Amino acid sequence: MIKISVSNLNFFYGKAQALFDISIDVLEKEVIAFIGPSGCGKSTFLRTLNRMNDTIPIARADGSVKIDGTDIYAPNTDVVALRRKVGMVFQKSNPFPKSIFDNVAYGIRINRIHKDKADLAVRVEKALYDAALWDEVKDRLQTSAFGLSGGQQQRLCIARALAVQPEVILMDEPASALDPIATQKIEELVVELKKKYTIVIVTHNMQQAARVSDRTAFFMLGKLVEVNPTQKMFTNPNEKLTEDYITGRFG
Amino acid sequence: MEKRLIDQQLDTLRDEVLLLGGKAESAVQKAMKALTTRDSKLAQNVLDEDRIINQMELEIDRMSVEIIALHQPAAHDLRLVISVAKITPVLERLADHAGNIAEAVLIINNEPELRYFPEMSIMSDHAVEMLRSALDAFIAEDAEAARQIIARDKMIDSSYKKVFSEIIAMIINDPTTTTSAAQLLFVAKHLERIGDYVKDLCELTVYLADASIIKHSLKR
Repeated sequence: MIKISVSNLNFFYGKAQALFDISIDVLEKEVIAFIGPSGCGKSTFLRTLNRMNDTIPIARADGSVKIDGTDIYAPNTDVVALRRKVGMVFQKSNPFPKSIFDNVAYGIRINRIHKDKADLAVRVEKALYDAALWDEVKDRLQTSAFGLSGGQQQRLCIARALAVQPEVILMDEPASALDPIATQKIEELVVELKKKYTIVIVTHNMQQAARVSDRTAFFMLGKLVEVNPTQKMFTNPNEKLTEDYITGRFG
Repeated sequence: MEKRLIDQQLDTLRDEVLLLGGKAESAVQKAMKALTTRDSKLAQNVLDEDRIINQMELEIDRMSVEIIALHQPAAHDLRLVISVAKITPVLERLADHAGNIAEAVLIINNEPELRYFPEMSIMSDHAVEMLRSALDAFIAEDAEAARQIIARDKMIDSSYKKVFSEIIAMIINDPTTTTSAAQLLFVAKHLERIGDYVKDLCELTVYLADASIIKHSLKR
């Protein structure tokens, strides 16, 4: 089933066009990886999926991005609700200067998702559990989030995204600043999260794309060159350009 | 295009497979020459050289594992390493069959000479020619040529049936030839198996060239 359907999307920073006529469907509860050299537009494209680019004054998009059949660029779109539905995890973990509990509770509180205090605690626990962090932090929920390791902070950010019950999670190089063990935990988490969520992940790490994603999309100079099942992309891609990139001939 | 770090290693890997293939081809040729010329020394040489072939197999294995571990190849690079890793034992086993022919020759040469079986030479020439073409197709990554070589295996199979009947007839007519004739039957069987291994090699060439897996498939 199609979760996100993008048709003929063009994206501009002022006069500079960053994305050219992108059309792609993202299926429900799949992990799709976006790969491509720096500056190819993969992160820009990721941010069009929950209108994160709206924060850039000169940014402009045309074409359509539909989530569950609804155009998210329609004038009446509730962008806050959209970003609740389509959560995001960034390259650098960015916990709030608050306790572990309050970091996760933040989105629940401002969106008034919880019924009462006990419900809030349950939701925080569930989000931490789903982010594979609960066992490591359950005895220090009231301590500062800054006391966590880099990998734990990143999983805390994932827990924060999960707490508001999103349906899609966008991940922009979520493990690029982490050591191999922390990276492995994030990757295991991505595979686990796929049971409940649709995940779009931007990565520079080709092996990571190969390990965690069901499909891979290759971007180059703002264009979508190829999207195919990951196994196909890494053994026999359709496009010579894709082959050259994944075998390190450029990029 | 700029050379990548992996390129030199892949080139070496290709070269090593070609060398191993050449050794295997030479082993078959020498074993068959030893049979037709009743040259036990040459047969012994084939057996002695088998150790070198085994060492080459181990070295190619080591290189393949190293490339996978250190370079994490993908796409065509990956298919090349995987094909080589699968072709190497095929070539080693093919050379083992040459060794088995050489062993048979050593026994046959202790017995009175038998009549000449032209079909056996046809079979052997055909097997060697198929092997040579298969190695060329592998290096050229020519899937079409590989497919054509696979089709030629039927000729070896048909020669094998002829040779088999002729040798059985000889045993019936003259039971004193049984010892040598039985060994000749083994030789024919080894040649037939060599044809099968060349087929495996060609299937892997098709995989390398266009990622199609034709092994165990009815449509080639």
